[in-house]
Amino acid sequence: MTQILTTRMEAHPSDSHTLGRYEDTGGYAVLRTALAGMQPDAIVAEVKASNLRGRGGANFPCGVKWGFLAPSRPRYLVINGDESEPGTFKDRQLLERDPHQLIEGIILSAYALGVHHAFIYIRGEYPRPARRVQRAVEEAYGAGYLGRDILGSGFDLEVTVHLGAGAYICGEETALLNSLEGRRGEPRIKPPFPAVEGLYAKPTIVNNVETISNIPWIVGNGGAAYDAIGPEGSRGTRMFSLSGHVNQPGNYEVVMGMTWRDFIYGYGGGIRHGNALKAWIPGGASAPWFVEEHLDTPLTIDDVAKNRSMLGSGAVVVMDETTCMVKAALRVVRFFAHESCGQCTPCREGATWLQQVLTRIEAGAGRDIDLDLLLDISDNISPGLAWPPAMTTICPLGPSAVSPITSIATYFKDEVAAHVHGGGCPLG
Amino acid sequence: MTWDRRTEDRAAAIVGRYPEKRSAVMPLLYLAMAEDGYLSEDGMRRVAQLTGLSNAQVQGVASFYTMYKRDGVGEYLVSVCTSISCMLLGGDDVLDAVAAETGVADGETGEDGLFSVEHGECIGACGGAPALQVNYELIEGVTPDHGRALCRWLAENRPAVVRGDDLQERFGGRRSFDWGPVEAGGATGAVPAFGPLGTAGEGS
Repeated sequence: MTQILTTRMEAHPSDSHTLGRYEDTGGYAVLRTALAGMQPDAIVAEVKASNLRGRGGANFPCGVKWGFLAPSRPRYLVINGDESEPGTFKDRQLLERDPHQLIEGIILSAYALGVHHAFIYIRGEYPRPARRVQRAVEEAYGAGYLGRDILGSGFDLEVTVHLGAGAYICGEETALLNSLEGRRGEPRIKPPFPAVEGLYAKPTIVNNVETISNIPWIVGNGGAAYDAIGPEGSRGTRMFSLSGHVNQPGNYEVVMGMTWRDFIYGYGGGIRHGNALKAWIPGGASAPWFVEEHLDTPLTIDDVAKNRSMLGSGAVVVMDETTCMVKAALRVVRFFAHESCGQCTPCREGATWLQQVLTRIEAGAGRDIDLDLLLDISDNISPGLAWPPAMTTICPLGPSAVSPITSIATYFKDEVAAHVHGGGCPLG
Repeated sequence: MTWDRRTEDRAAAIVGRYPEKRSAVMPLLYLAMAEDGYLSEDGMRRVAQLTGLSNAQVQGVASFYTMYKRDGVGEYLVSVCTSISCMLLGGDDVLDAVAAETGVADGETGEDGLFSVEHGECIGACGGAPALQVNYELIEGVTPDHGRALCRWLAENRPAVVRGDDLQERFGGRRSFDWGPVEAGGATGAVPAFGPLGTAGEGS
């Protein structure tokens, strides 16, 4: 079984986060080699060759994103550790258990991109990961891996760890940049994209924690070696956060391509109490749900997309037969209504309306027209209810609130009707 | 208004971590909260002075983020996750238990200032659901009984430093993953415990 990201933390649970253990297990050796003998462009070429796709949710090819970086200077690298998508807890583990792997990835990436100041933006509710990363950054400065003239190479890099303060929207990269600039975390209209005008209107690359944690392995083993792992379009390994009604929840680093059945019943150990599976969210709260007919679909970025959903942030939330689909949909919609930044009317008003209508259906006070009303509101947020969603908003948060609505309208229409006609949830 | 010397030194160090001082607004708001126990008007004014922004701009930032508490907040802020994964495994019952034990409803602060209770949105502990945080220190695998016992213990022992490892050991259950070694530090108020903010206490 191929493992890239979690090898060290599994072998050395007591101290995988320390500099000593990181160095003992080969850490920073790739950096030494790269700074001594690799041109920055050669690192970019390896990352492009790896076909690594971003792990923050959009699955955009990392090397392609790097290729958009405008030539002007200074430039910045910002690590997105604002992990807040309901169901997702993989970056938390990478930050807490192997922060030097991330830091080595940052230094290699910064050297490749001509960056001299990088930021690690960690959500405010993650103080333990932030402490571990801050200590690791201090260790790295002390050992000469950060600061001036790193390892005698002439390359300089500063790293600042920044805490968020409770706003999911800051996971959207332009909102994150506004937040890092000391502004409200409101997404910016694109273009310009951050690679052209990002932090302080300078060229900026924003990459997810897991994405950059892969860079030391890719540079050390070569992009072609990474590109040889897993199916086309879903190369490498990937961290999946599995939660909900499974017997063995947790983070699993897997090679993509297995079926959902193998993942949920194999890694997840099946459904609790031997219950029947009802539905699952395949890629974080923003993703349209899957049901039994999808169990034999391969777990790859493209196969999930072909089935009108997304692998997103890799968060899989499993719901068994005892779950009320109206309540579950309401809980997801409530999240997006709460986290809407308020800039765009369809999202701000629409998500709130969806929450209110679902609330009355759940309470047994729904009306016959309510499902159509939910779909009509959804259509105003995301016209045509297509996949991938059409947008009336600056960022994808609005359409995310639509995913649970289309999911229950597609697969659980009868259950919604039973709420309306039976004065509440038929499951009791 | 200025803060005491130690806090001003810390503020200067925070501003120095960024290429542009405006970027220091968020950590400085935390510093101001740690200073007063909540985010006061005076605190926000000092942040505006230090970053060259108007008071309105700073208040605009402060009001955007849920972790900046502009009203008084209890000594122990108990945030119970009720997002989808925690909801599926009983997070709502944990919230009810915490509210009942403390006598403080969701979104409120008790009159004695000991507890604030809130429902949280996903805190990234889905593999150890249901989960909660006390002053942002995480406890995973919490039952309603655990939640009640935790609040009783806090009220009786009044720890000055809230240590996540300690609370997890006493009142937690299944974790999302192995946390690794126990840490000495913890939170000294309703602000995340983080070195550069000066909010990470050592505790006993």
